[in-house]
Amino acid sequence: MDRMKRIPIKEQAPEVRAKNFEEVCLGYTEEEAVKEASRCLNCKNPQCVTKCPVSIDIPGFIQHVKNREFEEAAKVIAKYSSLPAVCGRVCPQEVQCESKCVLGIKGEPVAIGKLERFVADWSREHNVNLSETKPKNGKRVAVIGSGPAGLTCAGDLAKEGYDVTIFEALHKAGGVLVYGIPEFRLPKDTVVKHEIENVKKLGVKIETNVIIGRTITVDQLLQEENFDAVFIGSGAGLPKFMGIPGENLNGVFSANEFLTRNNLMKAFKEEYATPIKVGKKVAVVGGGNVAMDAARTALRLGAEVHIVYRRSEAELPARVEEVHHAKEEGVIFDLLTNPVEIIGDENGWVKGMKCVKMELGEADESGRRRPVAIEGSEFILDVDTVIMSLGTSPNPLIYTTTEGLKINNRKCILADEETAVTSKERVYAGGDAVTGAATVILAMGAGKKAAKAIDEMLKNK
Amino acid sequence: MFKIVEKRQLAPQIFLMDIEAPRVAKSAKPGQFVIIRLDEEGERIPLTICDYDIEKGTVTIVIQAIGCSTRKLMDYEKGDFIYDFVGPLGQASEFIHEEIEELKKKNILFVAGGVGTAPVYPQVKWLNKHGVKADVIIGARTKELLILEEEMKEVAGNVYPATDDGTYGFNGRVTDLILDLVNKQGKKYDLVVAIGPMIMMKFVCKVTEELGIKTIVSLNPIMVDGTGMCGACRVTVGGKTYFACVDGPEFDGHKVDFDEAMRRSAMYKKEEQECMNK
Repeated sequence: MDRMKRIPIKEQAPEVRAKNFEEVCLGYTEEEAVKEASRCLNCKNPQCVTKCPVSIDIPGFIQHVKNREFEEAAKVIAKYSSLPAVCGRVCPQEVQCESKCVLGIKGEPVAIGKLERFVADWSREHNVNLSETKPKNGKRVAVIGSGPAGLTCAGDLAKEGYDVTIFEALHKAGGVLVYGIPEFRLPKDTVVKHEIENVKKLGVKIETNVIIGRTITVDQLLQEENFDAVFIGSGAGLPKFMGIPGENLNGVFSANEFLTRNNLMKAFKEEYATPIKVGKKVAVVGGGNVAMDAARTALRLGAEVHIVYRRSEAELPARVEEVHHAKEEGVIFDLLTNPVEIIGDENGWVKGMKCVKMELGEADESGRRRPVAIEGSEFILDVDTVIMSLGTSPNPLIYTTTEGLKINNRKCILADEETAVTSKERVYAGGDAVTGAATVILAMGAGKKAAKAIDEMLKNK
Repeated sequence: MFKIVEKRQLAPQIFLMDIEAPRVAKSAKPGQFVIIRLDEEGERIPLTICDYDIEKGTVTIVIQAIGCSTRKLMDYEKGDFIYDFVGPLGQASEFIHEEIEELKKKNILFVAGGVGTAPVYPQVKWLNKHGVKADVIIGARTKELLILEEEMKEVAGNVYPATDDGTYGFNGRVTDLILDLVNKQGKKYDLVVAIGPMIMMKFVCKVTEELGIKTIVSLNPIMVDGTGMCGACRVTVGGKTYFACVDGPEFDGHKVDFDEAMRRSAMYKKEEQECMNK
């Protein structure tokens, strides 16, 4: 075996998976996982751990895998993360743990994400009990939002003996894990549901259908329902539109709407009542992971799909793996292209999108080269559906209804990055609600820090 | 799970239900709505709040069987459960933030069309509780479809029923009745609140614009989450895009792009028809 080379992982063939919603990556077998784990050098000073936002003892769990002690491996991960089956699948490991793996200097880094996923899947299939908690301490914490930040914060506090209730606005817990990321990347009924069940097994209560700011306010939680502290992990779910003519035509959707219909409401399944519209030719505007998810979903619903992005391939914010998968499945990339108008037919349905060609100019403050429209380059992309995937911002519902909760100029809740402390006493916040749209694992890291800060505050009270 | 504690038929295909939802009942205000989901395979549909009782912890909804989900809900009985019931959603009616003394000086006319009478009721009731008597037009296609007249009489100033076919009350459309009240009977109104089918609201706004009366409408676009995360319910008001679920559902009727709103409402007509034929 070549130590510098990864054990390859099986995937559904592109032409097959482009027609179903089954998971693309099939995961390691026990043999493959043990082999891949044996590549790890078990560094004395492991750099991989420093780049994991929840600081998982990576060499620790990998050594257990190498020794076929899968249950022990699961227990090591459980000390740090409540959502390993999710993170093993959706974390951008190439810029986190795996980016610092020593083997990566000369060869391919250890497949840490795939090994984490293997351990999590194995422990689910073998019903490993990971729900050890300290005795109840009688203190109550309310967590707003059941996405990655909220689930992590709630899980960590429950382990410390707190009585935790999560309030979720939608009818299912999981946040972006259930409404945003599609089945073919993150299976809902097996993976997501099981990890949420694990959080519940720690004693965490989840109340769905409660909208903070409408059904009840943060102030009421503290004053009337006697919670000792509140953690806000409400995410960034408000979609952006371009503000170009024709955006309200029939057939134009936000990626959030399109993905919610398909993932949360299961519109792709015959027996579910929620309808979904996907035309013959779809343009997805944007280049992030959400754009890839929307494009690959539309493809699976039978459309020809174009990604329309104003910069070039090198600037695509989506993970390289996702772009690669999308291309393999047949998504067409129209790069350096920017929509200026959506054109409707006589009944108000989309019949085309006017675009301009772009070129890259000077670098802006963020270091990325700014795209500039090429004069006279207008052309019509002949599409009947447009999905806008331009990013999201935090929902104003909570901060507009909470006395003394401050926000920054990007309408994100103002909170200390290390302690999650907000401008309001006993109220903490983290994840996308504070940073704006980011990643699952960063939200989990924020939930973890908040749990620690809440624990310290309440212990000293 | 949310229990149906009362069910009553108001008209053919129109039912009233009291749902046990204490958190929603406690926070509900006139003008707001809820979203419900019947079962695991169900879709999320918005329904206006008709009444709420904090002591009993119940919220009253009125449903007309016009689509797949509402038709299915009609068969639910007292004691049955629906999976999800979330709210209250949207902004409360603007007038609840006004000074009561200022409100008392105003003459307000509500124009309710069909099942739109249900969301008018809590607004008129709220005003009555604060010493303001509003006039109400209740319009329907025909006599047997006219709902909540007795309930409305208890809380309103004058109640004017109207039927398109003249089988009861005023003979004609609600717009004709508005003109009749103002031009022939010499009524003066400072504010009109119109809630009903989109086409009715559009024509009420045309009439009140000519009469120079400020008009509020409650829009009912397609919704999914109802919390502002998808924009399915976006509407154009005064040239700007708003999400009806968080910015509304009530807007200045004279600024609403009704033609766009009606076109967007028909987006899933084909799918809805297929579902009804199943």
